[in-house]
Amino acid sequence: MKNYVVARTEDVPVGGSIRVEVNGRAYGIFNVDGTFHALLDRCPHQGAALTRGACIATIESDTPGEYRFGTSRTLIMCPWHGWEFDIETGQSWFDAARTRALSVDVNVEHGEDLAAWLHESQQTGARLPGPYIAEVHEVHREDDYIVLVLPR
Amino acid sequence: MSVSAPGLTEIRAPGGWAGPVIDVDVHVHVPSIQTLFPYMQQGWRDFIVERAVGTPPSFATVYPQNAGNVVRPEWRPENGGLAASSLELVREQALDAWAVERAILNCYWGIDSVRHPDLAATIARAVNDWLIDEWLDRDDRLRASLVVPAHTFADAVAEIERVGSHPGFVQVMMPVRAMQTYGRRNWWPVYDAIVAHDLVMGMTWGGTSEGPPTPSGWPSYYAEEWAGEQGVFMSQLTSMVAEGVFQRYPTFRLAVLDIGFNWVPSLMWRLNKEWKGLRRTIPWVNEAPSQIFRDHIRFTTAPLDAAPPSESARFLRWLGEEMVMFASDYPHAYPGDYRRFLDALPESARPKIMADNARAFYRL
Repeated sequence: MKNYVVARTEDVPVGGSIRVEVNGRAYGIFNVDGTFHALLDRCPHQGAALTRGACIATIESDTPGEYRFGTSRTLIMCPWHGWEFDIETGQSWFDAARTRALSVDVNVEHGEDLAAWLHESQQTGARLPGPYIAEVHEVHREDDYIVLVLPR
Repeated sequence: MSVSAPGLTEIRAPGGWAGPVIDVDVHVHVPSIQTLFPYMQQGWRDFIVERAVGTPPSFATVYPQNAGNVVRPEWRPENGGLAASSLELVREQALDAWAVERAILNCYWGIDSVRHPDLAATIARAVNDWLIDEWLDRDDRLRASLVVPAHTFADAVAEIERVGSHPGFVQVMMPVRAMQTYGRRNWWPVYDAIVAHDLVMGMTWGGTSEGPPTPSGWPSYYAEEWAGEQGVFMSQLTSMVAEGVFQRYPTFRLAVLDIGFNWVPSLMWRLNKEWKGLRRTIPWVNEAPSQIFRDHIRFTTAPLDAAPPSESARFLRWLGEEMVMFASDYPHAYPGDYRRFLDALPESARPKIMADNARAFYRL
């Protein structure tokens, strides 16, 4: 696995998303109440960029006229056909078992740690705990960063 | 003399279907309003005579009796009377002709077109008592839909409460054209009563709404109105699914009568597709609409649409073998070659269509 530093945490607003590209593929980074998640930025239906859709809260009900409104924007709604996906798992609302957006692991690291690790790996070739690849985003010691964990 | 329609008796011809038959849609007609007099108070009989009240008007507009499609010629009584208006006629022409195990009687007499609420309730009560006396009590094979004065919800409820526990009544007839779409919550008291009495809602041809008989205006011709009514059925099913009737009433059973089934798979696909993206607007619909159809709704063979039987068999495969029940729609004159239709079905489907689905759905 490889770790890509893709954004500062403050770049992603609560209840919003940004789109980043790594090795030619686009990912959506989402901020749900301060917790960050990432999805391949591609709806499994017809390929729309999910980050062009709205982050929305759940609406559920057991009987007509009664509503349970979620308080966090935990879903992304595809901009093309309105399909809802759970930002954390990628599961679609209507077919959680079989229709899902691709979820990608994401970590948050402090810039000072990242800088140290980056320096160490450059000096020694050590692989702990990275390797962190900062090509996508410049690292400053004072910020927190979003790190995508990708197979290659 | 036993006469019956080609296509229906052929089912029973040598080499045809030899298993049980349950016919879920046999229409019967009130011969005249005077027939109902024994089931009314004297005051209402006088009212009817004083005002020359006759057959409710929409019976004639929905089923113009001299139209070729409304009554098969050989089923018109020789004495010029009304078709399907006596047990003797119905026995000879339908029940015995295709040797039913059970038949469900549906008496659409246009009560919905009586705008006097108390007269409508009186007529509904009389029709139900007439159905019990003249039909249900005289032939064990028969079950029936009870009728309600559907324009006044409270009176509809009262009538279900009054006769809904009679063992012969298995269904409440609700004409497809109604005051309001059937998903609206105003219907809930009626549905409470239907469910409490373990009855099926039978959505049938006909009815009168506050507007024209299509969702967007008046048809000009009878053929246009007749063929276009399928759209009203689509609107009603869409309404009931979207507005959550089947979520509020998990045991709700809906029979969709008089309108065949070829059109249903595309509606299910359409609803599924739109539900995926728009379900937030109807969050109580927490499963795919097609699943709601399978769990709660059944359709009938009548009328077999004009597609070749092999094509109808394909529609049935899309819809599901459990979803369709045999209906003659007697005495209407729908062309349809049931023998070829059955032949086109997989063997597993035939007993389901001809009896098993109805027996399970209506708990006969």
